[in-house]
Amino acid sequence: MSVALVIVSHSAQLADGVVELAAQMARNVELRAAGGTDDGRIGTSFDKVNDAVSELRAAGHDVAILSDLGSATMTVESVLDFLDEDELEHVKFSDGPLVEGAVAAAVTAQVGGDLDAVVAAGRARELFS
Amino acid sequence: MSDTLSVAWALAWIRGAQAVLAENRETLNDLDRAIGDGDHGENMDRGMKAVVGKLTDEAEDVQGVLKLVASTLMSTVGGAAGPLYGTAFLRAAKAAEGDLDANGVVAVIAGALDGIVARGKATTGEKTMVDAWTPALVAATAAAEGGATPAATLRVAADAAAKGAEDTIPLQASKGRASYLGERSIGHKDPGATSTALILNAAADAAEAA
Repeated sequence: MSVALVIVSHSAQLADGVVELAAQMARNVELRAAGGTDDGRIGTSFDKVNDAVSELRAAGHDVAILSDLGSATMTVESVLDFLDEDELEHVKFSDGPLVEGAVAAAVTAQVGGDLDAVVAAGRARELFS
Repeated sequence: MSDTLSVAWALAWIRGAQAVLAENRETLNDLDRAIGDGDHGENMDRGMKAVVGKLTDEAEDVQGVLKLVASTLMSTVGGAAGPLYGTAFLRAAKAAEGDLDANGVVAVIAGALDGIVARGKATTGEKTMVDAWTPALVAATAAAEGGATPAATLRVAADAAAKGAEDTIPLQASKGRASYLGERSIGHKDPGATSTALILNAAADAAEAA
């Protein structure tokens, strides 16, 4: 089962840009942007994140979610709260720096890393140690 | 005034909260502009209008109303207040069994605080909505133990929340985007604590009219 990424940002442009950047090094990885609110303002959308996760799960992927600022993180955590317990084995939050984390996570997924490896790469701790 | 608070109270509360948040939209934006991104009033107004648009008088019970508030705020607010209030109302809904007596009111407030703490990972003194919900819970607990009616319990909770919001003014923010301002966050009232006080005041008003 391949790992897909959902990139959550307050800004639709930022989420799209991070996806564009990460895709360059991870051509076969499914990357979804969930940026901005439903009506295109700055903010995060529970529904956008939830829909991206559901679609990727329906397509058979495990899903790592990355986010930018605090309230995007809270939106992601809320989405996880609403999932069934056994889904939490397949959908995980990778709480790291968005740009470096997304690239590291995407590359890890590209080379066949499992969900835990991708999530750990997304946290990109080694970049800050 | 009735002994317990029913679904009619919950509907009146949420409609009242929507009205007062709409009235205070600019005030909340101004507070948020000082220490945040300036959209708290707008976000709460949009979220509560969406909630009221979905409320129907056929709602079955208090729990059903609070659940609807939770899911709607979660998906319409957009800012940090969406997941925070969304989780607060969700935990409050879980705590609401049937009509509410004074202990039920305490359980609902405790559920809301619990949700905000779980989601925001904030504690008291960090200049957040926790600084309004915490004194509200303390006051409500004391009132209920002293045999107060549900309405009186909500009134002391609302008053404590309002005071808690005022008391955020001298605090330095250490959570959320306001924390990036460091000492410059001192001297401003926290917008989330302020909206909390407005929401609890609407709950007390609705209970007194019930």
